[in-house]
Amino acid sequence: MKSSVITFPGSNCDRDMDVALKKFGFKNKMIWHADVELPKSDLVVLPGGFSYGDYLRCGSMASKSKIMESVIDFAKSGGMVMGICNGFQILVETGLVPGVLLRNKYLEFICKNVFVKINDKQNKYFKNVDNEILEFHIAHNEGNYFCTEDQLKEIEDNNQIAVNYCDQNGKIDEQFNPNGSIKNIAGVFNKEKNVLGMMPHPERMIDSSLSGEDGSLFFKNLINNLK
Amino acid sequence: MKVSAIITLKKDVLDPQGKVIHQALNGMGFDDVNEVRQGKYFEIDVKENDPKKAKEIVENMCSKLLANLVIENYKIIETQ
Repeated sequence: MKSSVITFPGSNCDRDMDVALKKFGFKNKMIWHADVELPKSDLVVLPGGFSYGDYLRCGSMASKSKIMESVIDFAKSGGMVMGICNGFQILVETGLVPGVLLRNKYLEFICKNVFVKINDKQNKYFKNVDNEILEFHIAHNEGNYFCTEDQLKEIEDNNQIAVNYCDQNGKIDEQFNPNGSIKNIAGVFNKEKNVLGMMPHPERMIDSSLSGEDGSLFFKNLINNLK
Repeated sequence: MKVSAIITLKKDVLDPQGKVIHQALNGMGFDDVNEVRQGKYFEIDVKENDPKKAKEIVENMCSKLLANLVIENYKIIETQ
């Protein structure tokens, strides 16, 4: 399986993602944002970080970069595109996934482990994951998911909500919502579910001696689903 | 020609920064504030000299990049 991680000026989780993808069997290539052509890939990842210093709005400048034209074409033709954290912010700015990410409700940068509950398994990202609840890490200032009422109805009707913030038992409640996101939404799909945007970082949970192993479950499952 | 545009959050979008500024103003003794909403201001010098065309160019910029229309509105406030 071939993957490509796009590096923008200010990306800082691109190499972590590279390590994670390779650990679970992907042949990964790092692609610079100014490149035009995307190499043949089974998965394209937009990594976390602070692309373009978060100028204007997080992800807005990166969403207009050269390589993104190819990424958008790839996604629209059914290619798997995953945006994590700043990558999610970039995806919403391209319009590939609905909604936007606002500043966290309590105006604090949040850096901690959270639990998320998988809402939909009818997709290549979460199909066959044994656990319903995964422990991931978040680190963001703008992760407060917002969308219009019409968009919310649409994503609920189409089962486009990927994961919700919850407690360790899977209870989804406002008190386990770290950033003020509507309906505790931590990740969403596009309508066809080949594009996933998610604030939590699975690539930070791939080693029991560092943080945890729930990211390992995610990546092992992902590569199996793509085979 | 210089064109100015302001970007504001739509009415039903939460503005936590505006809220904190509101609280700070109250704390300073400005008691007669109903609400504070924070926005962005852009001054763009375009090559076009026809005011109508210049305005159209900046409106296009606003809708494509400067504003995210899911949460924000834009308004051209002056051309000179």
